[in-house]
Amino acid sequence: MKISFKLNGKPVDVDVEPSLLLSELLRDKLDLTGTHVGCDTSQCGACVVHLDDESVKSCTILAVSVDGRDVTTVEGLALGEGIDRLHPMQRAFHENHGLQCGFCTPGMLMSAIDFAKRHPKPTEHEVRQWLEGNICRCTGYQNIVRSVLAGAAAMNAGN
Amino acid sequence: MRSFAYDRPATIDRAVALLAGEGALALAGGMTLLPTMKLRLSAPEALVDLSSIADLKGIASDGKTLTIGAMTRHADVARSAEVAKAIPGLARLAGRIGDPQVRNRGTLGGSLANNDPAADYPAAVLALGATLVTSRREIAADEFFRGMFETALEPGELLTAVRFPVPYAAAYAKFPHPASRFALVGVFVAQFKAGVRVAVTGAASSVFRCHPLEARLSENFAPEAVAGFTVDPKGLNSDIHAEPAFRAHLIGVMARRAVAAALQPAV
Ligand SMILES: Cc1cc2nc3c(=O)[nH]c(=O)nc-3n(C[C@H](O)[C@H](O)[C@H](O)COP(=O)(O)OP(=O)(O)OC[C@H]3O[C@@H](n4cnc5c(N)ncnc54)[C@H](O)[C@@H]3O)c2cc1C
Ligand code: FES
Ligand code: FES
Repeated sequence: MKISFKLNGKPVDVDVEPSLLLSELLRDKLDLTGTHVGCDTSQCGACVVHLDDESVKSCTILAVSVDGRDVTTVEGLALGEGIDRLHPMQRAFHENHGLQCGFCTPGMLMSAIDFAKRHPKPTEHEVRQWLEGNICRCTGYQNIVRSVLAGAAAMNAGN
Repeated sequence: MRSFAYDRPATIDRAVALLAGEGALALAGGMTLLPTMKLRLSAPEALVDLSSIADLKGIASDGKTLTIGAMTRHADVARSAEVAKAIPGLARLAGRIGDPQVRNRGTLGGSLANNDPAADYPAAVLALGATLVTSRREIAADEFFRGMFETALEPGELLTAVRFPVPYAAAYAKFPHPASRFALVGVFVAQFKAGVRVAVTGAASSVFRCHPLEARLSENFAPEAVAGFTVDPKGLNSDIHAEPAFRAHLIGVMARRAVAAALQPAV
């Protein structure tokens, strides 16, 4: 099936099998390997992307269902190369040491940005509740939570 | 996943026509269906994606009845001012299903049609005595849930909306499975003029009404009325997370918490 959608702000036209997952389309066909697949069973959140500005698990969406819609992946966050051009949430993860191996990070970032847009003054409890669907095997979450709070503050300060 | 045909109709009529085809299944949020297809527990010949049918979405209330379209997502119910006003306990239930990304995709209709023994919505629908509207008929909640993953829906029948009578007070309390957030035990209580209805999920092969609790709470709708209450553990689910006796105990505890929450003034 032919589908057209916007990916990181640019139009994409592609022919896909109905059984192709969005995660497979992004990684295997479009070479955007920033979106990770950890569990492939909708549990871990490594594959989170934005669909029309909301966070969703790309391993549990058919590629055909994003026809006509807007998809943003981790590759679409930074304005360009270099630390100065990172998205404020990416910068917060960098500054607060919010990752170790980095496997969960793309999903954490996409989930955290959706969170920050909905919570102008977040509490630590709200961050922890929101990250229910994002699993990290390395950090113990402490620095991730710190990063999300800092990133949300930066985003909401219009930074 | 096995290959299949895919359609995204814009109307209920067209969806019903497509669902009459051999091996066709409705695709709602896909949060249950797609994982089961990956595991090859389900291999439909065709998927009918309901996401473009505007008539299946939306929330409306006239003060007496709250109507929610089958394709309304958990996140929309959780955020809805209409739901918060009519049945706040239902909005809170929706806001605690799974995680934010599951709530951004999963739908009321998908959850009910699936009837997972540990799902949250079935408890609300049964306790509130809701009416399930389908492409063919209206089904009372008491007739809808038939057993584990089994409902009164026939092949090709589409759930279109659910009508909830607005209670005096209602709330849900669940003891979530720590990893999946599904209910180890969840209890929904709803107080109406005619009495109190109580539905229990997670504890048995399907959601069920707990008549002894209903009798006690109809007499006195207060947490004390169910203090020390427990049910007969015979026939309750047993797995590595909880034995039947623990689940029986949790039913009493969750019922007490639900009543306390239902009596809390709205904020
Ligand atoms: C990680 C994770 C955690 C979860 N945690 C919870 C939880 O805590 N509590 C909970 O209750 N649930 C939980 N769920 C399940 C979630 O709520 C699902 O969204 C829900 O069970 C299925 O809804 P869906 O819209 O995704 O339906 P789908 O997966 O698209 O469909 C499910 C089934 O229903 C049928 N169907 C769908 N819509 C209709 C319709 N309108 N008419 C007729 N048939 C229809 C489909 O054909 C399919 O057989 C969780 C799921 C995941 C992946
Ligand atoms: S890969 Fe999608 S949730 Fe784990
Ligand atoms: S940093 Fe390794 S999984 Fe999170």
